[in-house]
Amino acid sequence: MTTTPTETPLIGDFTAAPTAQPLDGARIGVVTFPGTLDDRDAARAVRLGGGTPVPLWHADQSLHGVDAVILPGGFSYGDYLRAGAIARFAPVMETVVKEAGADAASSSPLPVLGICNGFQVLTEAHLLPGSMIKNDHLKFICKDQVLRVENTETTWTAQFTADELITVPMKNQEGQYVISAEELEAIEAEGRVVFRYVGENPNGSRNHIAGVTNERGNVVGLMPHPEHAVEAGYGPDDATGVREGTDGLTIFTSVVSSLAGGNQ
Amino acid sequence: MPTIVVEVMPKPEILDPQGKAIANALPHLGFTGFSGVRQGKRFELEVQGEITDELLDSARKAAAEMLSNPVIEDVVSVTVAEDI
Repeated sequence: MTTTPTETPLIGDFTAAPTAQPLDGARIGVVTFPGTLDDRDAARAVRLGGGTPVPLWHADQSLHGVDAVILPGGFSYGDYLRAGAIARFAPVMETVVKEAGADAASSSPLPVLGICNGFQVLTEAHLLPGSMIKNDHLKFICKDQVLRVENTETTWTAQFTADELITVPMKNQEGQYVISAEELEAIEAEGRVVFRYVGENPNGSRNHIAGVTNERGNVVGLMPHPEHAVEAGYGPDDATGVREGTDGLTIFTSVVSSLAGGNQ
Repeated sequence: MPTIVVEVMPKPEILDPQGKAIANALPHLGFTGFSGVRQGKRFELEVQGEITDELLDSARKAAAEMLSNPVIEDVVSVTVAEDI
């Protein structure tokens, strides 16, 4: 086989990337804290989902007019004190909490997604209930994980079908979701468990909970990483082939279409 | 230097995976007789000058709102330690 330099074989087939129609106005901010690892993956996922990613900086209070915000995974401020505990006091978080929180005056509060460390930041900021502690087995997990999508009413999950099973990577040591018994009962009754681990509980999380939402459904947090399952060739293995899984993409197309709907 | 000491422990109903791992390791080093371990945190807040009631109140507030996460931890004590 002869190839010219421009035809160097690639690991993945870029042309197969299921890029949605770009929608004007769907500008989605991706926050970088000191120690954030997955901001670029999250930005790429936004683009593949049809939105325009806008980099946001932890020390900048302004959200630069974005329509939604993603707090990506990795670490933040060395995770000193507790994971996400210092990041909660970052200038950018003041604005995020104000615009996304329960007392947000707006009838359409800011959609916010927290992934992994970003989920921990959202619980520390009291935008989401519960907290995370070390995995019950104390080991770092890195594997593909099956989740069930149990709430398709949120801004971030509107395009999933009810109880859809998805596979996305998961990588953490501090992912055991804990919550008081009363609050657990309340969020279960209100249908605020958005993602649940399927099969063996990977980390000891209460009721196999992998992700939750707030009362208004605009804020969602989850431990696994949907932004690592958005592009064929780089995702988890699935029925169609090795690393072909793109189940995470629906999160990003969901928010983009929710925003487009809201703008009409 | 006058110091305010804040002690934070995981809530009793929260299983403490780190404490459990330590408890399992103790007998390997010959430390037997301990049936359980729980691991917490101790913060030393240093003060320039005198510790006033106002400052102590502020330390209690910091302990409740920042040094601990009430979902998973309890503030066990906020005390003054003069000779650290």
